[in-house]
Amino acid sequence: MGIREQLKENREKILSRWFESILKTYPAETVRFLKKTKDQFHNPVGQTIKEGIEGILFELTGEGEIEKITPFLDRIIRIRAIQDFTPSEAVAFIFQLKGIIREEIDLDRIGSEELLGLDKKIDELALKTFDIYMGCREKLYELKATELRNWTYKLLERANLLKEFEENFKSK
Amino acid sequence: MSKQPKPPKPDELAKSIEYKTPETQWMETPVKFKPGMWCYGSRPKYLEEVGMPNPREWSPADDDWKLPENWKEIVLDGMKDRLGKYRTFKLFMDICVRCGACADKCHFYIGSGDPKNMPVLRAELMRSVYRKYFTTGGKLFGKTAGARELTEDVIKEWWYYYYQCTECRRCSVFCPYGIDTAEITIMGRELTNLLGLQTDWIGGPVANCYHKGNHLGLEPHTIQSNIEMMCDDIEEITGIRIEPTFNRKGAEILFVTPSGDLFGLPGIYTCMGYLMLFHELGLDYTWSTYASEGGNFGFFTSNEMAKRLHYKIYAEAKRLGVKWILGGECGHMWRLVHQYLNTWWGPPDFLEVPKSPITGTVFENAKSTKMVHVTEFTADLIKHGKIKLDPSRNDHLKITFHDSCNTSRGMGIFEEPRYIIKHVARHFYEMPENTIREKTFCCGSGSGLNAGENMELRMRGGFPRANAVRYVHEKYGVNMLANICAIDRAALPTLMQYWVPEVDVCGVHELVGNALVMTGEKKRTMDLRLEPLPGMEDEEEEE
Ligand code: SF4
Ligand code: SF4
Repeated sequence: MGIREQLKENREKILSRWFESILKTYPAETVRFLKKTKDQFHNPVGQTIKEGIEGILFELTGEGEIEKITPFLDRIIRIRAIQDFTPSEAVAFIFQLKGIIREEIDLDRIGSEELLGLDKKIDELALKTFDIYMGCREKLYELKATELRNWTYKLLERANLLKEFEENFKSK
Repeated sequence: MSKQPKPPKPDELAKSIEYKTPETQWMETPVKFKPGMWCYGSRPKYLEEVGMPNPREWSPADDDWKLPENWKEIVLDGMKDRLGKYRTFKLFMDICVRCGACADKCHFYIGSGDPKNMPVLRAELMRSVYRKYFTTGGKLFGKTAGARELTEDVIKEWWYYYYQCTECRRCSVFCPYGIDTAEITIMGRELTNLLGLQTDWIGGPVANCYHKGNHLGLEPHTIQSNIEMMCDDIEEITGIRIEPTFNRKGAEILFVTPSGDLFGLPGIYTCMGYLMLFHELGLDYTWSTYASEGGNFGFFTSNEMAKRLHYKIYAEAKRLGVKWILGGECGHMWRLVHQYLNTWWGPPDFLEVPKSPITGTVFENAKSTKMVHVTEFTADLIKHGKIKLDPSRNDHLKITFHDSCNTSRGMGIFEEPRYIIKHVARHFYEMPENTIREKTFCCGSGSGLNAGENMELRMRGGFPRANAVRYVHEKYGVNMLANICAIDRAALPTLMQYWVPEVDVCGVHELVGNALVMTGEKKRTMDLRLEPLPGMEDEEEEE
């Protein structure tokens, strides 16, 4: 049985372990909420992560096209980029997948080439993950820097008041 | 396989993670100030200008907050005083049964996962101190009774978490006892303000408002020229010149709106909507360059400060001799009018019960405050068929409506804005039921948290709202998030840019202005943003 079949066969187990390992990065009191609350509007963090990893694994068992996986990665990272995580903490989840897969599939029944291929794919995803993370952080800085200006721009600028206003408000 | 460079060991990265669960109980875990989560401390001049205590340069990032020597006494006396004055405070300190119904209802908890953002724990930060100093059990049994000593670390923790609450009251909707954690946050801010722990983002608007009547400190000539510039744009769009009046004695109605509508984007488009509507009706109303702010950052400071700043609206109404007050699309102005005004002064006796001069409708609901919300006013006009509308001009918009915490939970305005939107536009879609109306999710930036330096906090807190917007965007193609609050108009565009950049933000009266068919207007080719109307992309601008 090839690696794709094995991934499909063990999908549920891999996903639940992966989900658990991501949840562990949140405070203990919160894990239950993130795990048990199924309403996607009440629990957008838990549900987005869950749907995201499902999407990633699904694509990995298929053609594994990066373009198709990116939106799932983006959703998860966009959240973790603004939570209490260092950069490495925010993106570590993608590396965890390798270990989980190794433990959940029968390594004897697949060729090393196949495993390498999968590892390479995940490494590619990891690089993508860094890019997305950086993109999110840059967006945040941009928003911090431009919000006031965008908000007040038109009229204050016309009235030559922009400068005075910014000095008043943002001289810190 | 051996030739390949070794990929990082599985779980390697993950192992370096220091998991967030503290080893100690929450009471003993001192707060860590994380970047992006807090606002700058107020510069001293803002405190001096309004006579608030302990003005000095300070930063929340410093170890030494330069508290007054007798800070502990000040806080405990302050608590005692407030426990005596406000029955709700005393009650909320006593009656929580820790059932947990509120725990996962706060947008900051949902977005951050930080247990201290659970409303019950947020309240417990103060309740533990209350027990220690104001209950026999706490005095006797200390920690076992959930009581703890008031220390500087506790003050820092209060400050950190009472500025991670937007006072939105969502949690109170779910509490079987009606405990309103917003009120505890309000107390937390009052008490820390006794020590000079104001934020700069709130302190500035408070001082400006006190001296010049609005948060930005816009002076009368600026206000007037801003509105005149909007009238220039309206003339370009409609061919009609509007000449609003300012500080006019004897007008029937005083119109007050948050100052964000006078200079901010997209607030000014909402303001243009008001101007056009009132002109078309021939309303006998005036602007005031003194009561030039509906918003009130005093409310995020202390009850006294809120009262002090709010009074100018009524003082101006009295000075000008108007009959009643019409209020613009604002959030917390309405919470104050609706829930605080009568306790502060009782119903103003120099005004009349508001009556629409166009429809004759008497606004009985505003009998005591004498102030009508502009969506009530406009919905009534539409109901009576008093304005002509062409909703097709908003056909390029797929609209959803965000209930602002203050107008929804603070005074129960749910239907009017929806009724208006459905008459001025043809594509309206609701967000999911548990994210709107009384269960609405906050924008994450209310109660003076819409500064820049705490952007991570705002993005977390706003995530549940943005998540619901994304849902209707993906399902129905929604591209416009309408609302009736100036803080929303300032903060939601940023929130959208991070989470759902395809969605823009507008006030309801911007949509009204677009759809309003005005007497003698030229053929409309542009919307209020001076962008081509649907189907008019090729029309040349007429000069
Ligand atoms: S829902 Fe009310 S009683 Fe229950 S924990 Fe929250 S505040 Fe306490
Ligand atoms: S008032 Fe709003 S922000 Fe504050 S604890 Fe309750 S739900 Fe959270």
